[in-house]
Amino acid sequence: MRLLENALEGGKFGVTVEMAPPKGYDFSEQMEAAELLKGKVHGVNVTDMQSACLKATSLGLCIKLKQAGLEPIIQMTGRDRSRMAIMGEMLSAAAFGIDTMLALTGDHPVVGDCKESKPVYDLDSVGILKMLSEMEATGKDCGGNEIAGGAPSFYKGAVVTPVYEPLFLQINKLRQKVDAGAQYIQTQGIFDLESMKRFMDAVDKANIKTHIMAGIIPLKAAGMAKYMNENVPGIAVPQDMIDRLAAAAAEGKEKGVKGLPTKLGIEMAAELIVKIKDAGLCDGVHIMAIGAEKNVPAILEKAGLSV
Amino acid sequence: MIITQKKPIEELMAMIGDAANIAILGCNSCATACATGGEKEIKELSAYLEAHGKKVVATAIGDYCCMNMSTKSCMKKLAAANPDAVVCMSCGDGVQVAAKHINVPVYPSNNTMFLGEALRLGVFEEACHLCGNCVLGKTGGICPISRCAKSLVNGPCGGQKNGKCEVNPENDCAWIMIYNRLEALGQLDKLAQTRDDKGYADVSYPRTINIRGKK
Repeated sequence: MRLLENALEGGKFGVTVEMAPPKGYDFSEQMEAAELLKGKVHGVNVTDMQSACLKATSLGLCIKLKQAGLEPIIQMTGRDRSRMAIMGEMLSAAAFGIDTMLALTGDHPVVGDCKESKPVYDLDSVGILKMLSEMEATGKDCGGNEIAGGAPSFYKGAVVTPVYEPLFLQINKLRQKVDAGAQYIQTQGIFDLESMKRFMDAVDKANIKTHIMAGIIPLKAAGMAKYMNENVPGIAVPQDMIDRLAAAAAEGKEKGVKGLPTKLGIEMAAELIVKIKDAGLCDGVHIMAIGAEKNVPAILEKAGLSV
Repeated sequence: MIITQKKPIEELMAMIGDAANIAILGCNSCATACATGGEKEIKELSAYLEAHGKKVVATAIGDYCCMNMSTKSCMKKLAAANPDAVVCMSCGDGVQVAAKHINVPVYPSNNTMFLGEALRLGVFEEACHLCGNCVLGKTGGICPISRCAKSLVNGPCGGQKNGKCEVNPENDCAWIMIYNRLEALGQLDKLAQTRDDKGYADVSYPRTINIRGKK
């Protein structure tokens, strides 16, 4: 189907949403959220054990989503798989009609919840993209052997961190990812227009041509924002956003109403999407609701986004 | 230099078990610099073993336990004392060389940690993974294979914060170090090149090298 490719390459504003498989084998919560997202996004981007915490694999949930009529995007990291395992997984994905992927290096096991697991990193994000591009171009596997029936092709993506010092290194790696075959790029969560503008200027200056989708993280509480600022590399939530969330929490407490910060987070996310779209700053948004995918339809509605 | 660290003495004693007559082999090079297998450590271990009911029947120290021919003569001397077991206070390589030359068990007193440098006396830092495809010419003389927790070859991941690594915030991000060094050298253009993927076919273990042209 290649919904995301058709949207981005056709000049439409792309919309994807992130979803994590469960730590377990009951996918019903994910499938309930998926029903709410059907027809509203160009793709559901399924994480590959993000933060190096053990979950069911991306491929498993991707297959379920595909069967339910959604457009899954398979994430593939180099953390747990050799090049053979990555290529084999991608062949299996293709067999289920999964045609869009996102390549990442992957968080180190030491920062996750199975610390004894061996980090593989046979290939990094650039290496994964190069391997798949070569497979598509030659019809051969990672050992140079013919693939029976020809190689599948994927709409390939990668990630970038706009708030990064020195930015030279991010721009440099972005160029390598695009040269290696990345056709779209999604960013780490951004919270203000200015830092996204600075980043997009640097991309333009470096003359890198690709489709960039801004990462949007709807905030749920002031504490969440503070935690991310302190602990998640590349995240910089402005203080006024944190203050507004804290004020909403205080107001809720006073009035005895629950969920005001979450509601505000949805509004702020929608506001940012509208600003990005109106400014023509980038080609789409990627919404990372971190477990609150059910709130995504409300964000899309407030932002006036439809696919 | 091969950096070694002493095993807990309980672990060594458990390996020795019932063996009563013990010989000790030390190493005059890396293990001496690491204070894990020099003259001083041989004396300390001898005293400990004697105090715990063992008899130390012979000791020797090789210049390099990893050199087969010289270790062979050290082991001949130890074997003459008829030990029940040998404790080798070198790196894992020295233990294996020693074990080739005697028909009783050879036990390691050390854990072999890494190939690295002595920053100053008693402080060691890992610096090389023996990958077999040196990239230092392109990375300002700083090794991303051993100094990046993910051994990344195409630049940093998104996990650095203020120049520190997410895996261990005490460590500097290798790629920030490489960037700073290349900038100072006026060689930032070297970062623009994606590394050729060398793969791992040439580094299947164990590797051997023969520069003699004959066996």
